[in-house]
Amino acid sequence: MSESGQVGASVAFDGVQKSYDGKTLVVRDLNLEIEPGEFVTMLGPSGSGKTTVLMMLAGFEPVTHGEIRLDGNPINALPPEKRGIGMVFQNYALFPHMTVQENLAFPLKVRHMGREDIAKRVQRALEMVEMPEFGSRRPGQLSGGQQQRVAVARALVFEPNLVLMDEPLGALDKQLREQMQYEIKRIHENLGVTVVYVTHDQTEALTMSDRVAVFKDGIIQQLSTPSDLYEHPQNSFVAQFIGENNKLSGKVTEVSGETCRVDLDNGGSVTAAAINVEGKGARTTLSLRPERIELDPAEDCPNVLDGKIDELIYLGDHIRVRMSVAGNDEFIVKVPNRSGSLDLSEGTTTRVGWRTDDCRALDPVDLA
Amino acid sequence: MTQATMDQPAAPENGDGELTTADGTPLAVSLRRSHAQARRRAFFLVLPLLAFLLITFLAPIATMMTRSVQNYEVADYLPHTTEAIDGWDGTGIPDEAVFAAMAEDVRIGAENRTIGRVAARINREIPGVRSQMMGTARHIDEMTPPWKEAFIAEDEGWANPEFWRLVKRETRTLTPIYYLLSFDFEYDSHGSIVERPEEYQVYRLMFVRTAWMSLLITTLCIVLGYPVAYMLANLPLRYSNLLMILVLLPFWTSLLVRTSAWIVLLQQQGVVNDTLVWLGIIADDGRMRMIYNQIGTIVAMTHILLPFMILPLYSVMKTIPKSYMRAARSMGASPLRGFVSVYMPLTVPGLAAGVLLVFILAIGYYITPALVGGDTGIFISNMIARSMQGSTAELKLALALSTILLVAVLIFYWLFNKLVGVDRLKFG
Ligand SMILES: Nc1ncnc2c1ncn2[C@@H]1O[C@H](COP(=O)(O)OP(=O)(O)OP(=O)(O)O)[C@@H](O)[C@H]1O
Ligand SMILES: [Mg+2]
Repeated sequence: MSESGQVGASVAFDGVQKSYDGKTLVVRDLNLEIEPGEFVTMLGPSGSGKTTVLMMLAGFEPVTHGEIRLDGNPINALPPEKRGIGMVFQNYALFPHMTVQENLAFPLKVRHMGREDIAKRVQRALEMVEMPEFGSRRPGQLSGGQQQRVAVARALVFEPNLVLMDEPLGALDKQLREQMQYEIKRIHENLGVTVVYVTHDQTEALTMSDRVAVFKDGIIQQLSTPSDLYEHPQNSFVAQFIGENNKLSGKVTEVSGETCRVDLDNGGSVTAAAINVEGKGARTTLSLRPERIELDPAEDCPNVLDGKIDELIYLGDHIRVRMSVAGNDEFIVKVPNRSGSLDLSEGTTTRVGWRTDDCRALDPVDLA
Repeated sequence: MTQATMDQPAAPENGDGELTTADGTPLAVSLRRSHAQARRRAFFLVLPLLAFLLITFLAPIATMMTRSVQNYEVADYLPHTTEAIDGWDGTGIPDEAVFAAMAEDVRIGAENRTIGRVAARINREIPGVRSQMMGTARHIDEMTPPWKEAFIAEDEGWANPEFWRLVKRETRTLTPIYYLLSFDFEYDSHGSIVERPEEYQVYRLMFVRTAWMSLLITTLCIVLGYPVAYMLANLPLRYSNLLMILVLLPFWTSLLVRTSAWIVLLQQQGVVNDTLVWLGIIADDGRMRMIYNQIGTIVAMTHILLPFMILPLYSVMKTIPKSYMRAARSMGASPLRGFVSVYMPLTVPGLAAGVLLVFILAIGYYITPALVGGDTGIFISNMIARSMQGSTAELKLALALSTILLVAVLIFYWLFNKLVGVDRLKFG
């Protein structure tokens, strides 16, 4: 329950498709249910259709096929101004000829609110983004971060139940971005509105969201909580896109229950969790997180391969080891910097091992 | 680390606590010095243009303005009279001393053959003076003092007090007469300023007509040009390029050709009338008069000046991101509301530039009103052109009219600047 008593809206995409030119589908069969008050992020590489989805939801792009529902009501035919959705644009879109106050008052004036009421709400919104003294400035006189906050305040000032944000932090530097992530998150928690957020920065997606939808080519590759996304990627694209990932390719020789046996292309055989394999004889790509790999593992380790250390990078809290393992010379291992850590030196050969659960057999990708 | 980079690096200070640069010069001084250098360089770059403008533009304008108030005939060709008449109080006719001075001037003028010029000058205001002065000049050698009686005996005109009052008035080398005429005023016989007779009044009407027709043309250009500029800025590239070519097309055709094309279209036996008759909308004997009048001027000039409205508007609209309108609508504004309170204010710099261009061009337009304006659709510039071809006096009137036009434009510009702020304009 939020402090303001405001409730978020629920959103449902039902078989939504979008084509701009009648030849290619930019969004292919989108099915997505967003709970009231949820913070859902759409994450994906450039051109994957994130903005398009947002624009359809906001009403600026017509839906080619399928249905979008807001609180259960179809909104396909509703013009943007009737949807009551707040929006933060990538370039903020603050009106340059109005002061900050006038910008914030705009959605309230459009709703024919009283002058005093407007002044009060504008001031409260400015306080919410911690900029109470900037009301009389024009957007041009604000820094990027300040403009961004005003844009957030403007999207929220008319108390919408749903707020869309399209890469709102894209133009900010790293430090400011992190600070703003925190502030947006705080505001979201205080107000309880539903937020649909677009970014192609995975850290941003993981730290802020309740759930993340990973997009590629107009398809949601996986929709899960941040930890699930990292720990249990459902396919090679997600494994590669979220966090760091080691890939090994091979052929499935045996599937038994949850695990499978994989013969690697460059010799050696390992067992892995069978997540996304077609069956015996199919090709697969194994996904391994660098921090789950052990150097010189104990004798009972189920999966052990030989590897040559190519490079050591000292990073303080951990050491990054680049190795050649089973033909992959970009094989990364993160070794925690514990006291009594092993003696590592470049050029030597050592054994690497991991638990079967940490090695996920996913759909095959070309390792170029 | 981050903290240090965020702080402004402080300049070193000298003993007095004043900021200095590395070599010890005060910061303010070296800043000024570096700016001055940049300014000097910029000045050298515009020097050739400045010289060109001075010779071809400012100097002629200055000459034009001075000549429109010059009045040297009486002072130059009747120098003695000018001196003597200064003491006369202007009642009745002057005394012998003034007549003696006039006799001297007439004799010299007869010898140098300059008396005709001053006679012509005064004749313009008192008809008959020319023969009076020329006749006296022919017989001046036979005449003897007292000059007053001799002159009046020669020609009754010398006893006319009006003549002498005029001579006294015209001894001034600066005269406002051409400006008075420009506003349909003149001096009466007593030297006071009065309105000219109704049938001679023309210039005030002309100025007013030029102003309202220019305003109407500017308004029409806004009404017709704004949507076109909007389409240009917002249509997909494919279509907008084609549209842009259509907008620029008029620039590739001669002004004369375009104006003549309107004659072909609008004249009584023209395309438009023919079509309307053919469609049965008007009768053959009820053909409309759409050219050689105000309609002709307004239609043709709106067409010709339209690009000057569209282009600045387009250049401003092109820079307005789509997201502004989207933001407005996402906040609940209808498309109309968003357009009026967000889009339109952002186009003001382009609109203002277009208005300025079109209005100032229109107010001084010559060729189109001359070709299609007939009698009722001509502008003040056509009157100026007509006067330019006349006598010296008419030329001076033309110069006065031009000066007034120039000042009117400057006043308009100044007012406009007050209202809109010219530094905000964008011309393209
Ligand atoms: N107005 C449009 N007309 C035609 N094609 C478009 C239009 N807008 C986007 N596209 C195409 O649709 C695809 C998806 O675009 P979209 O803007 O949704 O990507 P995105 O995921 O937001 O990318 P980014 O991270 O770069 O913003 C792209 O291939 C793009 O070229
Ligand atoms: Mg985008």
